[in-house]
Amino acid sequence: MKIEEKLFKTKFKADAHEHCHLKIKDREVCLKCEFKPCTTFCPAQVYTWDKEKIIVGYENCLECGSCRIACPYYNIEWRYPRGGFGVQYRMG
Amino acid sequence: MYYIVINFTNDTMADEKFDCIIVGAGPAGLSAGYTLAKAGLSAIIIERGDYPGAKTVMGGILYSHAIGELIPDFCKEAPLERPITEQRVLLLTEDASIQAGYKTKKFAQEPYNSFSVLRAQFDGWLAQKVDQAGVMVIPKTLVDTVLKENNQVIGIKTDQGEILYADCVLACDGINSLLAQKAGLHQEWQPQDVALAVKEVLTLPKEKIQDRFNLEDNEGCAIEFMGTISHGMTGIGFLYTNKESISLGMGCLLSNYQKSLIKPYDLIEEVKSHPAIKRFIDGAQTEEYLAHLIPEGGYNRVPPLYTDGMLVCGDAALLVNSIHREGSNLAIKSGILAAQTVIEAKNKKDFSKKTLSLYKKKIEESFIIQDLKKYRRLPHLLHTRNELFSRYPQLASEIAAELLTVDGRSKAEKEKKIIAKILGTHSLCGWGKMAFDFWRATR
Repeated sequence: MKIEEKLFKTKFKADAHEHCHLKIKDREVCLKCEFKPCTTFCPAQVYTWDKEKIIVGYENCLECGSCRIACPYYNIEWRYPRGGFGVQYRMG
Repeated sequence: MYYIVINFTNDTMADEKFDCIIVGAGPAGLSAGYTLAKAGLSAIIIERGDYPGAKTVMGGILYSHAIGELIPDFCKEAPLERPITEQRVLLLTEDASIQAGYKTKKFAQEPYNSFSVLRAQFDGWLAQKVDQAGVMVIPKTLVDTVLKENNQVIGIKTDQGEILYADCVLACDGINSLLAQKAGLHQEWQPQDVALAVKEVLTLPKEKIQDRFNLEDNEGCAIEFMGTISHGMTGIGFLYTNKESISLGMGCLLSNYQKSLIKPYDLIEEVKSHPAIKRFIDGAQTEEYLAHLIPEGGYNRVPPLYTDGMLVCGDAALLVNSIHREGSNLAIKSGILAAQTVIEAKNKKDFSKKTLSLYKKKIEESFIIQDLKKYRRLPHLLHTRNELFSRYPQLASEIAAELLTVDGRSKAEKEKKIIAKILGTHSLCGWGKMAFDFWRATR
Protein backbone atom coordinates (compact mmCIF):
# COMPACT_ATOMS: atom_id res chain seq x y z
CA MET A 1 0.00 0.00 0.00
CA LYS A 2 1.51 3.30 -1.06
CA ILE A 3 1.74 6.30 1.25
CA GLU A 4 -0.69 8.24 -0.95
CA GLU A 5 -3.30 5.51 -0.41
CA LYS A 6 -2.65 5.47 3.33
CA LEU A 7 -3.10 9.24 3.59
CA PHE A 8 -6.30 8.97 1.59
CA LYS A 9 -7.76 6.93 4.47
CA THR A 10 -7.11 9.69 7.00
CA LYS A 11 -9.37 12.71 7.25
CA PHE A 12 -7.89 16.19 6.88
CA LYS A 13 -9.37 19.65 7.04
CA ALA A 14 -6.81 21.66 5.13
CA ASP A 15 -6.47 25.35 5.85
CA ALA A 16 -5.92 27.96 3.13
CA HIS A 17 -2.38 28.32 1.84
CA GLU A 18 -1.78 31.60 3.67
CA HIS A 19 -2.22 29.68 6.94
CA CYS A 20 0.33 26.99 6.00
CA HIS A 21 1.77 25.85 9.34
CA LEU A 22 5.10 24.50 8.06
CA LYS A 23 7.80 26.68 6.61
CA ILE A 24 11.38 26.17 5.43
CA LYS A 25 13.25 28.94 7.23
CA ASP A 26 16.15 29.31 4.79
CA ARG A 27 16.06 27.57 1.40
CA GLU A 28 19.84 27.89 1.05
CA VAL A 29 20.32 25.57 4.03
CA CYS A 30 18.52 22.72 2.23
CA LEU A 31 21.02 22.97 -0.64
CA LYS A 32 23.91 22.09 1.65
CA CYS A 33 21.95 19.38 3.50
CA GLU A 34 23.46 16.16 2.17
CA PHE A 35 20.84 13.51 2.90
CA LYS A 36 17.69 15.62 3.31
CA PRO A 37 16.27 13.22 5.91
CA CYS A 38 12.98 15.15 6.11
CA THR A 39 12.16 13.57 2.75
CA THR A 40 12.42 10.09 4.32
CA PHE A 41 11.46 10.22 8.01
CA CYS A 42 8.32 12.31 7.59
CA PRO A 43 5.52 9.72 7.94
CA ALA A 44 3.25 11.69 5.61
CA GLN A 45 5.82 12.48 2.92
CA VAL A 46 5.15 16.16 3.44
CA TYR A 47 8.66 17.03 2.19
CA THR A 48 9.85 16.16 -1.30
CA TRP A 49 12.95 17.32 -3.13
CA ASP A 50 12.32 18.89 -6.47
CA LYS A 51 15.75 19.32 -8.10
CA GLU A 52 16.58 22.57 -6.33
CA LYS A 53 14.17 22.97 -3.45
CA ILE A 54 12.05 21.23 -0.86
CA ILE A 55 8.33 21.19 -1.65
CA VAL A 56 6.15 21.32 1.48
CA GLY A 57 2.86 19.43 1.15
CA TYR A 58 1.49 20.73 4.45
CA GLU A 59 -2.06 19.58 3.66
CA ASN A 60 -1.14 15.96 4.50
CA CYS A 61 0.72 16.75 7.72
CA LEU A 62 -0.09 14.32 10.55
CA GLU A 63 1.24 16.90 13.06
CA CYS A 64 3.66 14.48 14.71
CA GLY A 65 6.38 17.13 15.12
CA SER A 66 9.26 14.95 13.82
CA CYS A 67 10.50 17.50 11.29
CA ARG A 68 10.79 20.24 13.91
CA ILE A 69 13.02 18.02 16.02
CA ALA A 70 14.94 15.99 13.44
CA CYS A 71 15.77 18.46 10.66
CA PRO A 72 19.59 18.37 11.04
CA TYR A 73 19.72 22.16 10.67
CA TYR A 74 16.55 23.01 12.61
CA ASN A 75 15.49 24.69 9.40
CA ILE A 76 11.77 23.95 9.64
CA GLU A 77 9.45 26.39 11.32
CA TRP A 78 6.70 24.27 12.85
CA ARG A 79 3.49 25.62 14.25
CA TYR A 80 0.20 23.94 14.98
CA PRO A 81 -2.47 24.44 12.31
CA ARG A 82 -5.18 26.89 13.35
CA GLY A 83 -7.76 25.55 15.79
CA GLY A 84 -10.10 23.05 14.12
CA PHE A 85 -7.88 22.58 11.04
CA GLY A 86 -5.41 19.88 10.06
CA VAL A 87 -5.66 16.15 10.64
CA GLN A 88 -8.92 14.86 12.12
CA TYR A 89 -8.45 11.38 13.51
CA ARG A 90 -11.66 9.40 13.67
CA MET A 91 -10.21 6.42 15.56
CA GLY A 92 -7.01 7.60 17.20
CA MET B 1 -18.85 11.97 19.03
CA TYR B 2 -19.05 14.96 21.30
CA TYR B 3 -19.13 18.55 20.17
CA ILE B 4 -19.50 21.82 21.97
CA VAL B 5 -19.66 25.02 20.04
CA ILE B 6 -18.82 28.09 22.02
CA ASN B 7 -17.58 31.29 20.53
CA PHE B 8 -15.38 33.50 22.58
CA THR B 9 -16.51 37.05 22.66
CA ASN B 10 -14.70 39.76 24.47
CA ASP B 11 -17.81 40.58 26.50
CA THR B 12 -18.54 37.15 27.88
CA MET B 13 -15.18 35.58 28.48
CA ALA B 14 -12.35 38.04 28.60
CA ASP B 15 -13.10 39.61 31.94
CA GLU B 16 -13.71 36.31 33.60
CA LYS B 17 -10.87 34.82 35.55
CA PHE B 18 -10.67 31.09 36.08
CA ASP B 19 -9.00 29.21 38.86
CA CYS B 20 -7.36 27.12 36.18
CA ILE B 21 -6.98 27.02 32.39
CA ILE B 22 -6.12 23.60 31.01
CA VAL B 23 -4.56 23.41 27.56
CA GLY B 24 -5.31 20.14 25.78
CA ALA B 25 -8.28 17.77 26.14
CA GLY B 26 -6.29 14.53 26.30
CA PRO B 27 -6.16 12.16 29.26
CA ALA B 28 -3.98 14.50 31.37
CA GLY B 29 -6.07 17.63 30.77
CA LEU B 30 -9.43 15.90 31.08
CA SER B 31 -8.42 14.12 34.29
CA ALA B 32 -7.24 17.40 35.77
CA GLY B 33 -10.48 19.10 34.67
CA TYR B 34 -12.62 16.36 36.21
CA THR B 35 -10.73 16.52 39.51
CA LEU B 36 -11.06 20.32 39.65
CA ALA B 37 -14.76 20.18 38.77
CA LYS B 38 -15.45 17.70 41.58
CA ALA B 39 -13.71 20.08 44.00
CA GLY B 40 -15.85 22.99 42.81
CA LEU B 41 -13.08 25.05 41.23
CA SER B 42 -13.68 27.04 38.07
CA ALA B 43 -11.74 25.71 35.13
CA ILE B 44 -11.86 25.57 31.35
CA ILE B 45 -10.22 23.14 28.94
CA ILE B 46 -9.09 24.43 25.56
CA GLU B 47 -8.55 21.93 22.75
CA ARG B 48 -7.16 22.69 19.30
CA GLY B 49 -8.84 19.73 17.58
CA ASP B 50 -12.28 19.82 16.00
CA TYR B 51 -13.37 17.60 18.89
CA PRO B 52 -11.54 15.98 21.82
CA GLY B 53 -9.65 13.05 20.32
CA ALA B 54 -9.19 14.55 16.84
CA LYS B 55 -5.44 14.95 17.41
CA THR B 56 -4.67 12.04 19.68
CA VAL B 57 -2.92 8.83 18.77
CA MET B 58 -2.19 5.92 21.07
CA GLY B 59 -1.26 2.28 20.43
CA GLY B 60 -3.53 1.86 22.38
CA ILE B 61 -3.71 0.01 25.63
CA LEU B 62 -5.38 1.84 28.52
CA TYR B 63 -4.64 0.51 32.00
CA SER B 64 -7.56 0.49 34.39
CA HIS B 65 -5.77 1.64 37.51
CA ALA B 66 -5.44 5.39 36.90
CA ILE B 67 -8.74 5.90 35.06
CA GLY B 68 -10.43 3.79 37.75
CA GLU B 69 -9.11 6.17 40.39
CA LEU B 70 -10.76 9.04 38.48
CA ILE B 71 -14.01 7.36 37.44
CA PRO B 72 -14.51 4.09 39.36
CA ASP B 73 -17.30 2.87 37.05
CA PHE B 74 -15.52 3.71 33.80
CA CYS B 75 -15.59 0.14 32.49
CA LYS B 76 -19.41 0.15 32.51
CA GLU B 77 -19.78 3.33 30.44
CA ALA B 78 -16.61 4.19 28.53
CA PRO B 79 -16.21 3.21 24.86
CA LEU B 80 -13.66 0.44 25.38
CA GLU B 81 -12.69 -2.18 22.83
CA ARG B 82 -11.52 -5.42 24.48
CA PRO B 83 -10.12 -6.24 27.92
CA ILE B 84 -6.59 -7.52 27.32
CA THR B 85 -6.47 -11.12 28.49
CA GLU B 86 -3.44 -12.23 26.57
CA GLN B 87 -0.06 -10.66 26.00
CA ARG B 88 2.49 -12.03 23.59
CA VAL B 89 6.02 -10.95 22.75
CA LEU B 90 7.51 -11.90 19.41
CA LEU B 91 11.14 -11.79 18.44
CA LEU B 92 11.22 -11.49 14.67
CA THR B 93 13.91 -12.15 12.13
CA GLU B 94 13.44 -11.93 8.42
CA ASP B 95 11.64 -15.23 8.06
CA ALA B 96 11.15 -16.61 11.58
CA SER B 97 9.77 -15.73 15.01
CA ILE B 98 10.25 -16.73 18.63
CA GLN B 99 7.27 -16.23 20.89
CA ALA B 100 6.43 -15.90 24.59
CA GLY B 101 3.02 -15.20 26.05
CA TYR B 102 0.73 -15.06 29.03
CA LYS B 103 -3.02 -15.55 29.05
CA THR B 104 -5.46 -15.42 31.94
CA LYS B 105 -9.23 -15.28 32.34
CA LYS B 106 -8.68 -13.10 35.41
CA PHE B 107 -8.01 -10.11 33.17
CA ALA B 108 -11.50 -10.52 31.68
CA GLN B 109 -13.14 -9.70 35.02
CA GLU B 110 -13.25 -6.73 37.34
CA PRO B 111 -10.90 -5.17 38.21
CA TYR B 112 -9.85 -5.40 34.60
CA ASN B 113 -6.13 -4.84 34.10
CA SER B 114 -6.26 -3.07 30.76
CA PHE B 115 -8.31 -2.48 27.64
CA SER B 116 -7.61 -1.81 24.02
CA VAL B 117 -9.14 1.56 23.10
CA LEU B 118 -9.58 3.85 20.13
CA ARG B 119 -8.69 7.20 21.57
CA ALA B 120 -10.83 9.44 19.35
CA GLN B 121 -13.85 7.73 20.88
CA PHE B 122 -12.52 7.39 24.40
CA ASP B 123 -11.43 11.04 24.70
CA GLY B 124 -14.86 12.17 23.45
CA TRP B 125 -16.52 10.18 26.23
CA LEU B 126 -14.17 11.49 28.91
CA ALA B 127 -14.72 15.06 27.69
CA GLN B 128 -18.46 14.54 28.09
CA LYS B 129 -17.96 13.36 31.68
CA VAL B 130 -15.85 16.42 32.42
CA ASP B 131 -18.45 18.71 30.90
CA GLN B 132 -21.24 17.09 32.96
CA ALA B 133 -19.10 17.59 36.06
CA GLY B 134 -19.02 21.31 35.32
CA VAL B 135 -15.87 22.14 33.39
CA MET B 136 -16.31 23.38 29.82
CA VAL B 137 -14.29 21.87 27.00
CA ILE B 138 -13.75 24.38 24.19
CA PRO B 139 -12.64 22.70 20.96
CA LYS B 140 -11.33 24.20 17.67
CA THR B 141 -9.20 26.65 19.63
CA LEU B 142 -5.43 26.82 19.57
CA VAL B 143 -3.63 28.33 22.52
CA ASP B 144 -0.82 30.37 21.06
CA THR B 145 1.10 31.43 24.13
CA VAL B 146 1.04 32.02 27.88
CA LEU B 147 0.73 35.48 29.36
CA LYS B 148 3.14 36.46 32.10
CA GLU B 149 3.27 39.26 34.65
CA ASN B 150 6.35 39.60 36.85
CA ASN B 151 7.43 36.14 35.65
CA GLN B 152 4.17 34.62 36.88
CA VAL B 153 1.95 32.89 34.30
CA ILE B 154 -1.40 34.68 34.51
CA GLY B 155 -3.30 33.40 31.49
CA ILE B 156 -3.22 32.42 27.83
CA LYS B 157 -3.72 33.96 24.42
CA THR B 158 -5.41 32.01 21.61
CA ASP B 159 -4.42 32.13 17.95
CA GLN B 160 -7.46 34.32 17.36
CA GLY B 161 -6.12 36.85 19.84
CA GLU B 162 -8.55 36.13 22.67
CA ILE B 163 -7.13 36.45 26.15
CA LEU B 164 -8.16 34.41 29.18
CA TYR B 165 -6.86 34.82 32.72
CA ALA B 166 -6.38 32.23 35.43
CA ASP B 167 -4.49 31.67 38.65
CA CYS B 168 -2.88 28.65 37.11
CA VAL B 169 -2.33 27.18 33.63
CA LEU B 170 -1.85 23.45 33.07
CA ALA B 171 0.11 22.51 29.93
CA CYS B 172 -1.45 19.19 28.93
CA ASP B 173 -0.75 19.76 25.26
CA GLY B 174 1.09 16.56 24.51
CA ILE B 175 4.52 15.68 23.25
CA ASN B 176 4.75 18.82 21.08
CA SER B 177 4.29 21.10 24.08
CA LEU B 178 5.15 24.38 22.47
CA LEU B 179 3.42 26.03 25.41
CA ALA B 180 5.91 24.74 27.99
CA GLN B 181 8.72 25.79 25.64
CA LYS B 182 7.25 29.27 25.28
CA ALA B 183 6.90 29.50 29.05
CA GLY B 184 10.65 28.85 29.23
CA LEU B 185 10.37 25.50 31.01
CA HIS B 186 12.49 23.58 28.56
CA GLN B 187 14.21 23.69 25.18
CA GLU B 188 13.41 21.54 22.18
CA TRP B 189 13.53 17.73 22.57
CA GLN B 190 16.41 15.85 20.98
CA PRO B 191 15.75 13.22 18.26
CA GLN B 192 16.85 10.46 20.68
CA ASP B 193 14.28 11.59 23.28
CA VAL B 194 11.35 10.47 21.13
CA ALA B 195 10.19 7.56 19.01
CA LEU B 196 8.27 8.12 15.83
CA ALA B 197 5.39 5.68 15.70
CA VAL B 198 3.17 5.02 12.72
CA LYS B 199 0.00 3.03 13.05
CA GLU B 200 -2.82 1.67 10.95
CA VAL B 201 -6.27 0.76 12.16
CA LEU B 202 -7.35 -2.23 10.08
CA THR B 203 -10.95 -3.37 10.07
CA LEU B 204 -11.71 -7.07 10.27
CA PRO B 205 -14.95 -8.90 11.16
CA LYS B 206 -15.25 -9.83 14.83
CA GLU B 207 -15.42 -13.57 14.09
CA LYS B 208 -12.16 -13.50 12.16
CA ILE B 209 -10.40 -11.61 14.94
CA GLN B 210 -11.64 -14.07 17.55
CA ASP B 211 -10.68 -17.08 15.41
CA ARG B 212 -7.23 -15.82 14.53
CA PHE B 213 -6.30 -14.80 18.05
CA ASN B 214 -8.16 -17.58 19.85
CA LEU B 215 -10.42 -15.16 21.75
CA GLU B 216 -13.93 -15.09 23.21
CA ASP B 217 -16.23 -12.07 23.00
CA ASN B 218 -14.89 -10.41 26.11
CA GLU B 219 -11.21 -11.10 25.51
CA GLY B 220 -8.42 -9.29 23.75
CA CYS B 221 -4.85 -9.90 22.71
CA ALA B 222 -1.88 -7.52 22.76
CA ILE B 223 1.25 -8.46 20.87
CA GLU B 224 4.55 -6.60 20.97
CA PHE B 225 7.29 -7.47 18.53
CA MET B 226 10.88 -6.51 17.93
CA GLY B 227 13.89 -7.87 16.09
CA THR B 228 15.69 -7.48 12.81
CA ILE B 229 12.42 -6.17 11.37
CA SER B 230 13.47 -2.65 12.50
CA HIS B 231 16.74 -2.89 10.50
CA GLY B 232 18.89 -2.19 13.54
CA MET B 233 16.80 0.80 14.65
CA THR B 234 15.78 0.85 18.33
CA GLY B 235 12.12 0.07 17.96
CA ILE B 236 9.12 -1.98 18.97
CA GLY B 237 6.03 -2.92 17.01
CA PHE B 238 2.59 -3.60 18.37
CA LEU B 239 -0.59 -5.35 17.33
CA TYR B 240 -3.69 -4.93 19.49
CA THR B 241 -7.11 -6.44 18.93
CA ASN B 242 -10.10 -4.12 19.06
CA LYS B 243 -13.73 -5.28 18.78
CA GLU B 244 -13.82 -5.20 14.99
CA SER B 245 -10.45 -3.86 14.07
CA ILE B 246 -6.76 -4.31 14.68
CA SER B 247 -4.33 -1.57 15.68
CA LEU B 248 -0.97 -2.31 14.11
CA GLY B 249 2.04 -0.05 14.42
CA MET B 250 5.73 0.34 14.88
CA GLY B 251 7.75 2.97 16.70
CA CYS B 252 11.49 3.60 16.29
CA LEU B 253 13.73 6.30 17.72
CA LEU B 254 13.54 9.45 15.64
CA SER B 255 17.35 9.71 15.80
CA ASN B 256 17.51 6.29 14.10
CA TYR B 257 15.07 7.34 11.38
CA GLN B 258 17.10 10.50 10.85
CA LYS B 259 20.26 8.46 10.11
CA SER B 260 18.87 5.31 8.48
CA LEU B 261 16.82 7.15 5.85
CA ILE B 262 14.19 4.41 6.18
CA LYS B 263 10.68 5.60 5.45
CA PRO B 264 8.26 4.80 8.29
CA TYR B 265 5.46 3.94 5.86
CA ASP B 266 7.74 1.49 4.02
CA LEU B 267 8.66 -0.12 7.35
CA ILE B 268 5.02 -0.64 8.32
CA GLU B 269 4.43 -2.29 4.94
CA GLU B 270 7.32 -4.68 5.69
CA VAL B 271 5.77 -5.42 9.07
CA LYS B 272 2.43 -6.14 7.42
CA SER B 273 4.03 -8.63 5.05
CA HIS B 274 6.13 -10.45 7.68
CA PRO B 275 5.04 -14.11 7.89
CA ALA B 276 4.37 -13.84 11.65
CA ILE B 277 2.05 -10.83 11.18
CA LYS B 278 0.57 -11.26 7.73
CA ARG B 279 -1.83 -14.02 8.62
CA PHE B 280 -3.37 -11.98 11.47
CA ILE B 281 -4.34 -9.12 9.20
CA ASP B 282 -5.06 -11.01 6.00
CA GLY B 283 -8.04 -9.42 4.25
CA ALA B 284 -8.23 -6.52 6.71
CA GLN B 285 -8.87 -3.05 5.31
CA THR B 286 -6.85 -0.03 6.37
CA GLU B 287 -9.34 2.38 7.89
CA GLU B 288 -6.99 5.06 9.18
CA TYR B 289 -3.27 5.86 9.03
CA LEU B 290 -1.73 7.74 11.94
CA ALA B 291 1.59 9.02 13.22
CA HIS B 292 2.74 10.35 16.57
CA LEU B 293 5.83 10.90 18.69
CA ILE B 294 6.27 8.91 21.89
CA PRO B 295 8.48 10.18 24.74
CA GLU B 296 11.42 7.80 25.22
CA GLY B 297 13.96 9.82 27.18
CA GLY B 298 12.89 8.47 30.56
CA TYR B 299 13.74 9.90 33.97
CA ASN B 300 16.86 11.81 32.93
CA ARG B 301 15.00 13.84 30.33
CA VAL B 302 11.93 14.82 32.36
CA PRO B 303 11.85 18.63 32.16
CA PRO B 304 10.99 21.02 35.00
CA LEU B 305 7.37 20.29 35.90
CA TYR B 306 6.32 23.69 37.23
CA THR B 307 6.96 27.37 37.28
CA ASP B 308 5.12 30.32 38.80
CA GLY B 309 1.47 29.86 37.79
CA MET B 310 1.99 26.82 35.55
CA LEU B 311 2.25 23.03 35.71
CA VAL B 312 3.11 20.50 32.99
CA CYS B 313 1.44 17.05 32.77
CA GLY B 314 1.52 13.84 30.75
CA ASP B 315 3.44 13.61 27.45
CA ALA B 316 4.17 17.35 27.63
CA ALA B 317 6.45 16.47 30.57
CA LEU B 318 7.75 13.29 28.86
CA LEU B 319 6.02 11.21 31.54
CA VAL B 320 5.98 7.91 29.66
CA ASN B 321 7.29 4.55 30.79
CA SER B 322 8.01 3.16 27.36
CA ILE B 323 9.47 -0.10 28.70
CA HIS B 324 6.02 -1.08 29.96
CA ARG B 325 4.22 0.89 27.23
CA GLU B 326 2.51 3.02 29.88
CA GLY B 327 1.66 6.56 28.85
CA SER B 328 -2.01 7.37 29.18
CA ASN B 329 -2.14 6.12 32.77
CA LEU B 330 0.82 8.32 33.71
CA ALA B 331 -0.94 11.21 31.96
CA ILE B 332 -4.16 10.57 33.91
CA LYS B 333 -2.31 10.24 37.20
CA SER B 334 -0.23 13.38 36.59
CA GLY B 335 -3.41 15.29 35.65
CA ILE B 336 -5.04 14.22 38.93
CA LEU B 337 -1.93 15.20 40.93
CA ALA B 338 -1.69 18.56 39.15
CA ALA B 339 -5.34 19.29 39.94
CA GLN B 340 -4.84 18.33 43.60
CA THR B 341 -1.91 20.76 43.70
CA VAL B 342 -4.07 23.52 42.19
CA ILE B 343 -6.74 22.85 44.83
CA GLU B 344 -4.17 23.18 47.62
CA ALA B 345 -2.71 26.32 46.05
CA LYS B 346 -6.20 27.82 45.83
CA ASN B 347 -6.74 27.14 49.55
CA LYS B 348 -3.44 28.86 50.30
CA LYS B 349 -4.23 31.62 47.76
CA ASP B 350 -0.69 31.21 46.49
CA PHE B 351 0.21 29.99 43.00
CA SER B 352 3.89 30.75 43.21
CA LYS B 353 6.61 28.30 42.27
CA LYS B 354 7.07 27.52 45.94
CA THR B 355 3.54 26.22 46.45
CA LEU B 356 3.34 24.57 43.04
CA SER B 357 6.51 22.59 43.80
CA LEU B 358 4.12 20.37 45.72
CA TYR B 359 3.20 18.87 42.32
CA LYS B 360 6.75 17.64 41.81
CA LYS B 361 6.71 16.13 45.29
CA LYS B 362 3.44 14.33 44.55
CA ILE B 363 4.78 13.03 41.22
CA GLU B 364 7.96 11.81 42.92
CA GLU B 365 6.00 10.01 45.61
CA SER B 366 3.79 8.29 43.02
CA PHE B 367 4.55 5.31 40.80
CA ILE B 368 5.25 7.73 37.94
CA ILE B 369 8.73 8.86 38.93
CA GLN B 370 9.50 5.72 40.89
CA ASP B 371 9.06 3.63 37.73
CA LEU B 372 10.88 6.10 35.48
CA LYS B 373 13.74 6.24 37.96
CA LYS B 374 14.06 2.46 38.03
CA TYR B 375 14.70 2.45 34.28
CA ARG B 376 16.68 5.71 34.14
CA ARG B 377 19.75 4.05 32.59
CA LEU B 378 17.84 2.00 30.06
CA PRO B 379 17.28 4.61 27.31
CA HIS B 380 21.04 5.15 27.00
CA LEU B 381 21.66 1.41 26.88
CA LEU B 382 19.04 0.91 24.18
CA HIS B 383 20.59 3.71 22.12
CA THR B 384 24.04 2.16 22.31
CA ARG B 385 23.28 -1.58 22.23
CA ASN B 386 21.64 -1.89 18.88
CA GLU B 387 22.60 -5.60 18.72
CA LEU B 388 19.23 -6.06 20.40
CA PHE B 389 17.61 -5.17 17.12
CA SER B 390 20.05 -6.95 14.85
CA ARG B 391 22.50 -9.63 16.03
CA TYR B 392 20.70 -10.96 19.10
CA PRO B 393 17.37 -11.81 17.45
CA GLN B 394 19.28 -13.39 14.58
CA LEU B 395 21.34 -15.45 17.04
CA ALA B 396 18.26 -16.53 18.99
CA SER B 397 16.57 -17.61 15.79
CA GLU B 398 19.62 -19.59 14.65
CA ILE B 399 19.85 -21.34 18.02
CA ALA B 400 16.16 -22.27 17.89
CA ALA B 401 16.55 -23.59 14.35
CA GLU B 402 19.59 -25.63 15.37
CA LEU B 403 17.81 -27.11 18.40
CA LEU B 404 14.61 -27.97 16.59
CA THR B 405 15.95 -29.30 13.31
CA VAL B 406 16.36 -33.10 13.24
CA ASP B 407 18.85 -33.87 10.51
CA GLY B 408 20.90 -36.87 11.65
CA ARG B 409 23.59 -34.80 13.39
CA SER B 410 24.13 -35.74 17.04
CA LYS B 411 22.86 -33.47 19.82
CA ALA B 412 26.44 -33.07 21.09
CA GLU B 413 27.50 -31.77 17.70
CA LYS B 414 24.55 -29.36 17.65
CA GLU B 415 25.39 -28.16 21.14
CA LYS B 416 28.98 -27.46 20.05
CA LYS B 417 27.73 -25.47 17.09
CA ILE B 418 25.36 -23.45 19.31
CA ILE B 419 28.15 -22.63 21.77
CA ALA B 420 30.36 -21.58 18.88
CA LYS B 421 27.60 -19.28 17.61
CA ILE B 422 27.14 -17.75 21.06
CA LEU B 423 30.85 -17.18 21.58
CA GLY B 424 31.18 -15.94 18.02
CA THR B 425 28.83 -13.09 18.95
CA HIS B 426 30.52 -12.08 22.22
CA SER B 427 33.19 -13.65 24.40
CA LEU B 428 32.02 -15.01 27.75
CA CYS B 429 33.29 -11.82 29.27
CA GLY B 430 31.34 -9.80 26.67
CA TRP B 431 28.12 -11.65 27.49
CA GLY B 432 28.80 -11.09 31.17
CA LYS B 433 29.15 -7.37 30.58
CA MET B 434 25.98 -7.31 28.50
CA ALA B 435 24.03 -9.10 31.25
CA PHE B 436 25.46 -6.77 33.90
CA ASP B 437 24.63 -3.66 31.82
CA PHE B 438 21.01 -4.78 31.51
CA TRP B 439 20.74 -5.76 35.14
CA ARG B 440 22.14 -2.39 36.16
CA ALA B 441 19.93 -0.47 33.73
CA THR B 442 16.82 -1.84 35.37
CA ARG B 443 17.91 -1.19 38.96
